[in-house]
Amino acid sequence: MSTPLLEVRDLVKHYKATGFLARKSPPVRAVDGVSFTVGKGETLGLVGESGCGKSTVGRTILRLQDATAGSVAFEGKDFFALQAAALRQARQRLQIIFQDPYSSLNPRMTIGDAIAEGMEIHRLAPRGEIPARVARLLEEVGLDPDYSTRYPHEFSGGQRQRIGIARALAVEPAFIVCDEPVSALDVSVQAQVLNLLADLQARRGISYLFIAHDLAVVRQIAHRVAVMYLGRIVETGPTEDVLARPAHPYTKALLSAVPVPDPNTQRLRIVLPGDPPSPSNPPSGCAFHPRCPHPAKDARCTTERPLLHQIGAAQVACHHAGTAP
Amino acid sequence: MTRWLVRRTLQAVVTFVVVTVLLFVLMRLTPGDPLERLAGDRQMSAEAVAALRHKFGIDQPITTQFTSFVAGALAGDLGVSIEHYPTKVSTLVLSRLPASLLLGGTVLLLTFGIGIALGVFQAVKRRSRADRWLTRASLTLYAMPSFWLGLVLAWFFGIRLQLLPVAQMHDPLLDPDASWLVRTGDVLRHLILPAVTLTAVSLAAVMRYQRTALLEVLRLDFVLAARARGIPERQVLWRHAWRNALFPVVGLLGLWLPMLVSGSVFVEQVFNWPGLGSLAADAVGARDYPVILGTAMLVSAQVLLGGLLADLAYYALDPRVRQA
Repeated sequence: MSTPLLEVRDLVKHYKATGFLARKSPPVRAVDGVSFTVGKGETLGLVGESGCGKSTVGRTILRLQDATAGSVAFEGKDFFALQAAALRQARQRLQIIFQDPYSSLNPRMTIGDAIAEGMEIHRLAPRGEIPARVARLLEEVGLDPDYSTRYPHEFSGGQRQRIGIARALAVEPAFIVCDEPVSALDVSVQAQVLNLLADLQARRGISYLFIAHDLAVVRQIAHRVAVMYLGRIVETGPTEDVLARPAHPYTKALLSAVPVPDPNTQRLRIVLPGDPPSPSNPPSGCAFHPRCPHPAKDARCTTERPLLHQIGAAQVACHHAGTAP
Repeated sequence: MTRWLVRRTLQAVVTFVVVTVLLFVLMRLTPGDPLERLAGDRQMSAEAVAALRHKFGIDQPITTQFTSFVAGALAGDLGVSIEHYPTKVSTLVLSRLPASLLLGGTVLLLTFGIGIALGVFQAVKRRSRADRWLTRASLTLYAMPSFWLGLVLAWFFGIRLQLLPVAQMHDPLLDPDASWLVRTGDVLRHLILPAVTLTAVSLAAVMRYQRTALLEVLRLDFVLAARARGIPERQVLWRHAWRNALFPVVGLLGLWLPMLVSGSVFVEQVFNWPGLGSLAADAVGARDYPVILGTAMLVSAQVLLGGLLADLAYYALDPRVRQA
């Protein structure tokens, strides 16, 4: 394989505790050594439950937050090494779409201005052509081009999400972080937005890092999937393989929670005991061991952290992933 | 929009009437009356006092007094001052208005200019050493009584250092034929201490409002999205974030607009500033009913106007309000 579009290596993001008694408390390990690649025109689904660090991964890659350690190479160049001016320029190629369609649009800017702003900053079109380009983008995301003089509050959640997509597309990115872009939408609208994202990918060859907690959504859009637990990737591989034959006990538990349309299906629900542990004080060894239902769980799980290793088509971080549950 | 404005204005008018009635009644409920004091000072006979009471209409039942006051007010006549007889209330108020406008306008300008700038700075540098120190300093000033701070500043800059005048608005020894420039400079020198005092004690509110409002906006996704598009940080801060963090500050400005006219009773007293604040304070001391009522009505009209203007500003600033 040639060099991937985006290569993330050993990304770490720790939040220092702040406030009273701050010096005594350990940092919150939101992201604790995450590596993956995204190829051109590919979608990597990043899944995990709330608080596992998946959104932090997306924001840290784009340098919306500073990483504690690690590196990101974009189109072969070190993205984390860029200085202010070069970074602003490079940002044109990497965009983000947010979960909350309400806070993601500036309430005091018409959507036309919001979409045009990025084009103007990066001088992507002569001034006179910008309105026509905005209109074309609105059409491309399935909105009436006449909407450009309206304000965000005049739109529904699904429409707002399309505006957010148009705004990201305006700077002609090669890579978009989709941070739970459909989680706040109705199921019918979800499907429309997912289809739009898939169409855009087919037409423009854009790559996505698709962050989600819903495996059904990831199944629809992602070519490959990475499952996160407590700041680390525990299993990654082609979507079909991982979802059909999950190897990590956590992935199995996640999958067992996905509703199945057929009410007569016999299935086993794996209910994990307890809550996810605090990322400021993760369990020793395998961070999943206190909740792990795997029958072969042993002392090694509590002392030695499992590394990702190849099992079939996927990579799994579990000492007992090869053995039958 | 027109309907909203008409309704809002009617509301303000009704409130104004209610406030005026309350003022009128409350004032008569306070013990003492204007002539008691005059009589105490001057050894007047009981008959003479009664005659004066009758002359000012204070011996009438309160309802009669009220109707005659309303009749006069509707004709634009707020009556005659008892203490400064026979000066009209409107003349007194107008003569004090420029000084109050000058002090109040300067203070509003300084408070909001500096307060917004520092609040934005604090929000951008949140949790830094500078942010913490600005919070401590501004809250300390906020906690000081304005008259006390005024006295301290007057003592230090006026008496110890002999740098600035501590009372009045003009230097009485200044040559009346002095040039325009010299006279303006003289007024400005007199303005410094009262203006600084009032600004210092009110600055914290604007800073806190602006800091909090901006922090709330800065963590919204559209700010991140703007940054992610490579928009320069200055533009992200002012065009995207700050414009959305202006509403609480505009509300505060509407609330404080009466300061323009009323100034501060305490600070005007401390510095003998010839504004409406000291006029009102003197009138209260003298139970000068017509003057108290006149100044209080002016302030309540200002409060209502401030609220109305703030609502209009929201309307102009926020497309969501415009729609509703």
